[in-house]
Amino acid sequence: MNAPVVFEGIGASPKRKEDLRFLSGRGNYTDDINRPNQTYAVMLRSPHAHATIRGIDTAAAAAMPGVVAIYTGADMVVGSLPCGWLIHNKDGSPMNEPGHPPLAQGKVRHVGDIVAVVIAETRPQARDAAEAIVVDYDVLPAATSMAAALAPGAPLLHEGAPGNVCYDWHIGDLAVNQAAFAQAKHVVEFELVNNRLIPNAMEPRAAIGDYDRSTDQHTLFTTSQNPHVIRLLMGAFVLQIPEHKLRVVAPDVGGGFGSKIFHYAEEAIVTWAAARVNRPIKWTADRTESFMSDAHGRDHVTKARLALDDQGKFLGLHVSTTANMGAYLSTFATSVPTYLHATLLAGVYTTPTVYAEVKAVFTNTVPVDAYRGAGRPEATFLLERLVDVAAKQTGIDKLELRRRNFIPADAFPYQTPVALQYDSGDYQSTLAQALKTADWDGFEARRAAAAAKGKLRGIGISTYIEACGIAPSAVAGALGARAGLYEVGAIRVHPTGSVSVLTGTHSHGQGHETTLAQLVTDRFGIPLSQVDIVHGDTDKVPFGMGTYGSRSLAVGGSAMVKAMDKIVAKARRIAAHLMEASVDDVEFDKGTFRVAGTDKTKSWGEIALTAYVPHNYPIEEIEPGLDETAFYDPKNFTYPGGCHICEVEIDPDTGIPTVINFTAVDDVGRVINPMIVEGQVQGGIAQGIGQALLEACAYDASGQLLSGSFMDYCMPRAGDVGTLSVATHETLCTHNPLGVKGCGEVGAIGSPPAVINAVVDALRDYGVTHVEMPATPAKLWHIINSGRQLAAE
Amino acid sequence: MYDFAYHKPTTVADAVKILAADSDARPISGGQTLLPALKHRLNKPTSVVDLSGIAELRGIKRDGNKIVIGAMTRHADVANSAEVKAAIPMLAMLASGIGDPAVRNRGTIGGSVSNNDPAADYPSAVVALNATVVTSSRRIAADDFFQGMFTTAMEPGELLVAVEFPIPEKAGYAKMRNPASRYVMAGAFVAKTGGQVRVAINGAAACVFRQKDMEAALSANWSPAAVAGVKQAADDMNSDIHGSAEYRAHLVTVMAKRAVAAAG
Ligand SMILES: Cc1cc2nc3c(=O)[nH]c(=O)nc-3n(C[C@H](O)[C@H](O)[C@H](O)COP(=O)(O)OP(=O)(O)OC[C@H]3O[C@@H](n4cnc5c(N)ncnc54)[C@H](O)[C@@H]3O)c2cc1C
Repeated sequence: MNAPVVFEGIGASPKRKEDLRFLSGRGNYTDDINRPNQTYAVMLRSPHAHATIRGIDTAAAAAMPGVVAIYTGADMVVGSLPCGWLIHNKDGSPMNEPGHPPLAQGKVRHVGDIVAVVIAETRPQARDAAEAIVVDYDVLPAATSMAAALAPGAPLLHEGAPGNVCYDWHIGDLAVNQAAFAQAKHVVEFELVNNRLIPNAMEPRAAIGDYDRSTDQHTLFTTSQNPHVIRLLMGAFVLQIPEHKLRVVAPDVGGGFGSKIFHYAEEAIVTWAAARVNRPIKWTADRTESFMSDAHGRDHVTKARLALDDQGKFLGLHVSTTANMGAYLSTFATSVPTYLHATLLAGVYTTPTVYAEVKAVFTNTVPVDAYRGAGRPEATFLLERLVDVAAKQTGIDKLELRRRNFIPADAFPYQTPVALQYDSGDYQSTLAQALKTADWDGFEARRAAAAAKGKLRGIGISTYIEACGIAPSAVAGALGARAGLYEVGAIRVHPTGSVSVLTGTHSHGQGHETTLAQLVTDRFGIPLSQVDIVHGDTDKVPFGMGTYGSRSLAVGGSAMVKAMDKIVAKARRIAAHLMEASVDDVEFDKGTFRVAGTDKTKSWGEIALTAYVPHNYPIEEIEPGLDETAFYDPKNFTYPGGCHICEVEIDPDTGIPTVINFTAVDDVGRVINPMIVEGQVQGGIAQGIGQALLEACAYDASGQLLSGSFMDYCMPRAGDVGTLSVATHETLCTHNPLGVKGCGEVGAIGSPPAVINAVVDALRDYGVTHVEMPATPAKLWHIINSGRQLAAE
Repeated sequence: MYDFAYHKPTTVADAVKILAADSDARPISGGQTLLPALKHRLNKPTSVVDLSGIAELRGIKRDGNKIVIGAMTRHADVANSAEVKAAIPMLAMLASGIGDPAVRNRGTIGGSVSNNDPAADYPSAVVALNATVVTSSRRIAADDFFQGMFTTAMEPGELLVAVEFPIPEKAGYAKMRNPASRYVMAGAFVAKTGGQVRVAINGAAACVFRQKDMEAALSANWSPAAVAGVKQAADDMNSDIHGSAEYRAHLVTVMAKRAVAAAG
């Protein structure tokens, strides 16, 4: 095989291999799959946020045309949808972990909770029958906000969770922390909300259950970011199906942003019911269902205090957070406000003591879980707002205050007071690069020019760090994780030299089919077109933990490197045999095996063929074939970081904020495909701007979702994002073989405080220190208007 | 969607006949409002009468000092009409700002005006320009037509046939969009026709309404400054998760000011 003409390896930006099928309508999503003799399921969902079910009458519905079966909680008595992370209370006792039945067992706890499933020949028939089911509800008072759920006498969601508390956890040494505050020259204190978000992946969730009674084999096609995890959770905990009898396929998936990590009730329902009716069952959410059943994100209320000395050095940080879990514990909900949030509270600063306590609360709302960034955006928003408020309060310039407290570039590895050890980073340089790109120094002139047009212009900055590729398994396990956090990569070299990679990660928009293939191209010297990435099928891929927390390249890519190491080692032995040389003398570079210092060579294709046609082969020493698998368990998280700068203009007449430009300089470690990194960061920033300015999830006091459609829930549009300038500043990860850190979430993590800091800066003449997200036109106008009224008085 | 019968008549008379025979029949024009409602099962018509086959409902013409727009004329057609652009450029501008291109290529003036969504664009133009709504059985003055949220003077079975817009001396329109839906959060259409000033406010309240204080101020002095000082009372303004009544009342003045500026 010839070496590629165009360089497609590490650092190149070939076009995404998957886009041809996505852009030409040839993708194969779960709803595109149809099984022979398939039926359709419709979920009957609770219209009430909190109610006991006195009775369900399905008789009339069951007699309707096309109805195959109707099941309620009385029929489907199975295991609980499990929670994957056990958190311990301050006193060492385990968290309250009430059950989460797939079909409601006598009680509903949020609008959208599933009461019954109707299976029929067609979807409209199933829907007609669902409307004919009569449910006798005894409606109970609901607690839809954390404040309402924690109030004395609040309605109780779960018998097993007194006071609606899931856990009351903490991290850090409180005595040391208090001592730091006792020494402080300045104490900056404030409270803020991290607004609840609805994920809204483009493809709504869907699931098909299929059962083969000749082999007793269950198959689930589902919109998942991690099919092996679903197989484990659903098989072992909910339905008691052993792995060898359960196949989970996650084909093309149209976006997840975290919301498709979790094991959902509908997956268990169609798998269980398909075996009962002995026919395939398809369920596809419509958008309304997505709003009321996909796990929501964020939803924290935090009180934070920062202690500083007279020079502005941070002495200590104290954080109290309440975190909304929603009505039930979603798969990884408990880990988000704790190990993915509180452990990030040192940020990029040398704060010697950090103490954080987190109270997790049940409310009559959709469950809340990881959403792009998961815990780290909450930590970043809190810190970067707090630093700006501290700058204002101490009179120290906000850049200077950050610089004084940065962890220096020569201080790595750096142990934070909240468990993490950062391996690398260079915060002064990313800051300097971003300031230059954004022309920070020219801002006051731009502000004056805007003022001349009657506009309020502001600039905001955030210098952030995050943690990706959560690991190692042993440490996560000691902290309560109920799963391993390694990844699997299998490299299958075919006889003609082309390669199939089996990865346990899952691509649902990230471009793995390109980026991961580039690793192979780079190492083996074969064209990108000769490499296929196989993922998303538990019957094909040996094992895997899936894609979330920006782990696919850092963990999954590293597993591939290990497997490729094994391939090269074996291939060199074959080459040595063919060239009658010592293995130690055989070099391999970009597709060619060479006896060092000679012109004796063998090509990649010759070695591959020899491995599978072992006529002239060291058969006594090595087996035929060229197919290797590796499991990689990282030694540490990776720590991407960077600097985001946002400039906004507010129209004081309407309150409309406009993002004028946004500058990001991110350290994502080694960049494999610059184009894909840029796209990932752009998408993340769009979501961050969405959170900061647009996305407001609202419930009324009775638990109805007021923002239950795109008419009321505002997603970012292209015009909301402004001009983006995205660049990278590389420092390499020191503990994985690729030096990569992860880029999937940085945009969503770093951007919200940059935007809000800009909004607050724009309003600097109006006496505000904080604006809660989303900073909507109405909210900003009220601030401006009351500021004007104050001035007039 | 529930099952329904489908009719596609070719004359207004036939359409009216079908509608008269069945009180649960509904006309459909662009379907941009009715279809989503059907899909969500919010509506259960026995039959749907598709007006797209009726040629007499389509088209734009100038008739003396009036522009007459047929009910089935799409927003995109109004936006691009040379006739409208020449006579009432603000009406073309209004049509070009409704929804998105897909909506403008399906949605019709007849559907929009019949529906009387409080957040719709057209009703403000109909009221401010003192248009006449022509139906299958009568002519209705703008002031009598819009009666409340999603309610008009039309009787069940009555079809909107055309809207006649007198050509004004001056006209201006400005709106603030709801950030999520992009419908109107508060809008103002101002016009001076035959020396008479009319100001219609949409989006802000349950139904389009005339702002008489602003009309008086503009009659005395046609300038943005004249309306800038006129405050809208917050009492009847909408209040929801997107903005308070006070905010919308404020926007009414801002939009009126901008509309006058746009009118020149
Ligand atoms: C995504 C989206 C965004 C939109 N944004 C805007 C916006 O910004 N501003 C705005 O003004 N509108 C907006 N619309 C509404 C759209 O512009 C249409 O004007 C509106 O949906 C009605 O027109 P239609 O032709 O689609 O009517 P249809 O949906 O067909 O009918 C609407 C109603 O009117 C009745 N009806 C229809 N024609 C007649 C007739 N000739 N006589 C009597 N009754 C009739 C129907 O029975 C139905 O009740 C938006 C719509 C969508 C889907």
